Amino acid sequence: MTTHFEVAPAPHARAFVAVPVFMRRVLYALVPAALTYTWFFGWGLAINFAIAALTALLCEGAVLRLRGRGTRVALNDGSALITAALLSFALPPLVPAWIPIIGTAVAIVIAKQLFGGLGKNLFNPAMVGYVFLLLSFPVEMTQWIPPRMGDIDYMHLSFVGQLEYSFLGRLPSGLDVDTLTRATPLDIVKEGLRSARSFDELRGGSLFGDFGGRGWEWVANLVALGGLYLLFTGTIRWQIPFAVLSALLLPATLFYAIDPHHYAAPGFHLFSGASMLGAFFIATDPVSASTTNWGRIIYGAGIGFLTYAIRTWGGYPDGIAFSVLLMNAAVPLIDRYTRPRIYGRA
Amino acid sequence: MGELLLIVLAAALVNNFVLVQFLGLCPFMRASRRLEGAIGMALATGLVLTTASGLCFLVERFVLQRFELQYLRILAFVAMVGASILLTNALVRRFSPLLHRVLGLYLPLVASNCALLGVALLNSAASRSFVAALFYGAGASLGFGIALALIAGLSERIARADVPVPFRGAAIVFVTAGILSLAFLGFAGFARL
Repeated sequence: MTTHFEVAPAPHARAFVAVPVFMRRVLYALVPAALTYTWFFGWGLAINFAIAALTALLCEGAVLRLRGRGTRVALNDGSALITAALLSFALPPLVPAWIPIIGTAVAIVIAKQLFGGLGKNLFNPAMVGYVFLLLSFPVEMTQWIPPRMGDIDYMHLSFVGQLEYSFLGRLPSGLDVDTLTRATPLDIVKEGLRSARSFDELRGGSLFGDFGGRGWEWVANLVALGGLYLLFTGTIRWQIPFAVLSALLLPATLFYAIDPHHYAAPGFHLFSGASMLGAFFIATDPVSASTTNWGRIIYGAGIGFLTYAIRTWGGYPDGIAFSVLLMNAAVPLIDRYTRPRIYGRA
Repeated sequence: MGELLLIVLAAALVNNFVLVQFLGLCPFMRASRRLEGAIGMALATGLVLTTASGLCFLVERFVLQRFELQYLRILAFVAMVGASILLTNALVRRFSPLLHRVLGLYLPLVASNCALLGVALLNSAASRSFVAALFYGAGASLGFGIALALIAGLSERIARADVPVPFRGAAIVFVTAGILSLAFLGFAGFARL
């Protein structure tokens, strides 16, 4: 017989939602974006996710077994699968299998389990894995393929071809990695603006759509749609996505208004790279984000500003991952100074 | 002015002494347990580091170069670092006893910080001017303070986390500092120095 002690200090309102329910909602919310991604960029995402998910569960199980803890609860809560899903969204579609394996192992073992597992990790595990890969294997991590579009010269591998490349490193005869890959819109804008070409000229290229890159902006739309689902189901709060996106838009609008030739348009920043994924899915990780209302605003705004700064003046085309890790590090300080005062005290 | 700002930015973030160049790890690990201690240590280091950058510049320019004694640079700089700790200690005690009560504990500990000698040697290697050397020292101590405050906040959380037994204590702080330096590499490319 189990005993429930439901007498606790106020507040007495309870939500009958367990951790796995939250985690499952996040996974569902990513499905439309994943389908769009697969339509535009082929099977790479699905294969990377399968590899990453398997690695995540194996690593989590192995660490828990080593520590003599029960594995059932931790493996069923779905948090390892979310780490795998976010990491595979961040990876280029065309990578060898050891990339998602190493990235997920670093994310789960070092960033999550060494700190004590779910609820204790100080940094977003998926972003630790991603940054680790980006710094260790810069060549593999920057090979992106162009979207499936009628008038773009693209070439995608079949499902079997993608598997063969992933596990055996073989490409169909007559093809090499350079013919399949292309610079992303963020790369083009960064390099172009650096070599003194104007933003309007760059945005005339065939890879550019209404706001961001073609294909990429549709993925961003559906990520945002999934994010709205999370907002309306109460899975995430509005403060973080709002703060991330407005802190990205504010400097982007300001600099674009001052000099539209040498700074990318605000819409481009909003719909390119990992902006939407970062704002709705990565920064909102309930464990590594700030937990006070004002803290969430400061934390999100920090991510937005840093992302804009890294994209515009830094050495990397996108900055979401670095910004999230930097602000994760600042969370204990932010929480400490934004702690709400106790009711009734001055 | 713009160049001086870049020097501060480069020393504080892009080439952060603790997280990117791995200097000054001993006080970093020692003062990493509580935020109050970290702030005291950062302030003390800031005062000494800036003074030491200036003193070392003066010694290099007016003693070592004049008498062609550059091969004594390390020895002379070590002495100047010691002197700047004594000097800062005496000045703070003379002019602000209150500040001395806060920082007095940390000032002698600063002597074990290899970043002091590092800043002086880097200034001399890049042959910076007096003002630039001072700003580089100030930037370095700002970066040291940021790293120390961040790791102190994180350590207070780690203390309550369920860390596996072999990783408790210094090991998990090193893992955290490692992830933090991954994050700081995001600043690469902001300013080249």
